Amino acid sequence: MTGIRLELRAQSPWWLNVLLPLGAVGATLVLCSGLVVLAGADVFTAYSKLFLSSLSTAFNLVETVVKAAPLVFTGLAVTVAFRAKFWNIGAEGQLLAGAMAAAFIGAREGLPAWSLVPLMIAGGALAGSVWALVPAVLKTRYKVDDVVTTLLLNFVLFYGMMALLDGPWKDPLSGYPDSPDIRMEAEFPILLRATRLHLGVLLAAVAAAGVWLLLRHTTLGFEIDAVGENPNAARYAGIHLAAVTLIAAAVSGALAGLAGVGEVAGIHFQVMAGLSPGYGYTGIVIAMLARLNPIGVVPAAVFFAIIITGAEAMSRATGVPVFLADVIQGMALVTMLAALMLTQYRIRLNRPGHE
Amino acid sequence: MESPSLLEMRGIAKRFGDVQANDGVDLTLKCGDILGLLGENGAGKTTLMNILFGVYAADAGRIAIDGRIAHIRNSADALAHGVGMVHQHFHLIPRLTVLENMMVGQSGRGLRLDRGFALGRMREIERSFGLRLPPDARVGDLTIGEQQRLEIIKALARGARILILDEPTAALTPQEAEGLFMALRAMAGQRMGVIFISHKLHEILAVTTRVVIMQQGRVVAETANDDTVSKKRLAELMTGHEITPPSKVPTTPGRVRLRIENLQTRGGARPSLKGVCLEVRGGEILGIAGVSGNGQAELADVIAGVLPASGGTLEINGTKVFRFTPREVQALEAGRIPEDRMGTGLVTSLPLRSCMVLSRIRERRFSRWGFLKHRAIGRFADQQIRSFGIRAAGNHVRTGTLSGGNLQKALLARELAWEPTLLLAAQPTRGLDVAAARFVHQRFLDLRGRDGAIVLISEDLEEIFALSDRIAVMFEGRVMDVLDIRAATVAKVGLLMAGVREAA
Repeated sequence: MTGIRLELRAQSPWWLNVLLPLGAVGATLVLCSGLVVLAGADVFTAYSKLFLSSLSTAFNLVETVVKAAPLVFTGLAVTVAFRAKFWNIGAEGQLLAGAMAAAFIGAREGLPAWSLVPLMIAGGALAGSVWALVPAVLKTRYKVDDVVTTLLLNFVLFYGMMALLDGPWKDPLSGYPDSPDIRMEAEFPILLRATRLHLGVLLAAVAAAGVWLLLRHTTLGFEIDAVGENPNAARYAGIHLAAVTLIAAAVSGALAGLAGVGEVAGIHFQVMAGLSPGYGYTGIVIAMLARLNPIGVVPAAVFFAIIITGAEAMSRATGVPVFLADVIQGMALVTMLAALMLTQYRIRLNRPGHE
Repeated sequence: MESPSLLEMRGIAKRFGDVQANDGVDLTLKCGDILGLLGENGAGKTTLMNILFGVYAADAGRIAIDGRIAHIRNSADALAHGVGMVHQHFHLIPRLTVLENMMVGQSGRGLRLDRGFALGRMREIERSFGLRLPPDARVGDLTIGEQQRLEIIKALARGARILILDEPTAALTPQEAEGLFMALRAMAGQRMGVIFISHKLHEILAVTTRVVIMQQGRVVAETANDDTVSKKRLAELMTGHEITPPSKVPTTPGRVRLRIENLQTRGGARPSLKGVCLEVRGGEILGIAGVSGNGQAELADVIAGVLPASGGTLEINGTKVFRFTPREVQALEAGRIPEDRMGTGLVTSLPLRSCMVLSRIRERRFSRWGFLKHRAIGRFADQQIRSFGIRAAGNHVRTGTLSGGNLQKALLARELAWEPTLLLAAQPTRGLDVAAARFVHQRFLDLRGRDGAIVLISEDLEEIFALSDRIAVMFEGRVMDVLDIRAATVAKVGLLMAGVREAA
């Protein structure tokens, strides 16, 4: 008779940080293979299309990286917030707030051309911050549940945006519910000729390094961790709870806002209904897969970018619906949450009754 | 006739990494035994009991209950074998009532919870053992002693015949402890077995029938609790050497470190302070005695800057403060040892090194321009781990894996490192063994010798009497009286604790 039990670990070894997400992804793919079979396709072909097509040509590779940029931003946004136990489910709305600010600033004719890109970046970050601060203030001041407010504010912002796009902000040239295009000078410079590799990708990489620096090497990062892990002890130790939570929320919102800026200034040049296919929500999965480690966010974001871009190729080649990509995202979150337990506990097999 | 063995543990071994926590331990418990399990922090007592209760799996050894081998893989198995445990940290749900907590984890009929059944069990237990609680009180409103009683009732209700109590009196008043002992004796009278882990030697002497002493994972001595056993003897068996009480040299009171005048708080969920006046000078330890829940915790929180006062004045080292923050209190050279180490003292999920600098991270020493100095933090943590003899595998270990005594040492190391001139200590030796408690006491006396002032809030009267220069007794949010240690007796303090002022 063999039993399994969980024991608390004194320290989680570093290799777990790498092994666990890989294991979770592996388990996810195994679990999802059933769906592939149900869709009548060969599992191996489908998965190889899913993963390899996005890496097969230089063009696809760049597209994958471009797709990863907003995911890095939202993944980082969720990382910072969750580390402080500010449950920001609202990266989606903050992204859109940033995008709207960028699209608004980028279309202003009165502004000098050189100021457009910096102003869009600053304005987008600020808009994301403000939108994240609303639930943060409600939480710190009135103890309103942050999961609910951050989530619902996404819809407030999205439908508010749609109302504007269908009304005063409608592009007069196209007549579609899209905002007018931003000025040429407001577009992010392209880093690699004849591709869509824009400045936002570089910004995302810089942001990952910056967040790592913030969390690992600054007093603010230290305080964010302390507040997140035990707010009572942090308060008794003289750390200002509300201030730390508000700052974490602001940083989180700014990062999500920058995701929106990149999409507007680098890809779409306007805001419209389909601007974000749920980047804010995918950011949650990415942050969890990265175990709230900002450096881990980068490979996790690239992984999801591969799946999202590869899903179409897979669908065309094998007939498996593109929605498999969404299923994989959701399943990865579930398996990762299960795997996270292993970082704190070790599994022991025990054989009772040994003499 | 020889009474049969209720429980036999043979050759129990358990290793955690490099530490052999249990090393071939034998333990026998007979019906009607109250077994005292003694040993310093880290001697392996709690590990042994956790193995018995199914929290850990032993690496080797076997357990027999009623002469039959018992495979205990988890706490449900343990309960099925009649083993119940009351941990140091309670597992209750504060928002629910006593009765609802009783029903948690108990099978009802189908999905419906069986209130009547649980209520019946409570009544039975009340009749048999004299353990009583109001069924409809919210657990969050109970005192620590009452919460513990609920844990015991829960264990009994699930049919425990072997009851393990880990440090049961750590948070009890003398009266509450006496009530607990009565219940334990009633259980022994009904042929149950009790295993009683404690560091308080006088309690071990008062309530147990046999004493087992552990040291470094082994049983080093076992004795019936008869006339040959004394406190001194137990302490020696436990530590392997003689224990000398800390020496308290006379000091002359210096400048006023803390002055409190007419301090008031609004109650709400917590007891309110109703005009507290106190003064503590350098070179002085002011003991604050009182039954828990009479405003001591609130007083500590106000001084620490966590709980706002609604009236009165507070003066720390000559600076008047009214609305202030914990950080400002620290800046006035005041340190604090909070009562709840795991809850308000340390961040158990962070590495030990982070906890060591938690309250001082913004100081030049550990950060500059907002950037952490990791090397300096590590060096400081190592140095404190050494000088306070904290048993930890390194400064990176998760704080929560340290034992209670080591957690307290870590907290002490953090707060004393900055040489505070005013130290506010609440229940500083709760759950600590003789040697660790003595270590803490010596540090307090050292601070007192350096013209520091200490406010010692403790429910352990022995500690209050051993250390204090003056004793203030709190009752219902007021200071009943402040007695000079030379004039104070346990009887006088006890009366004041109950709110009775002697006729002059």
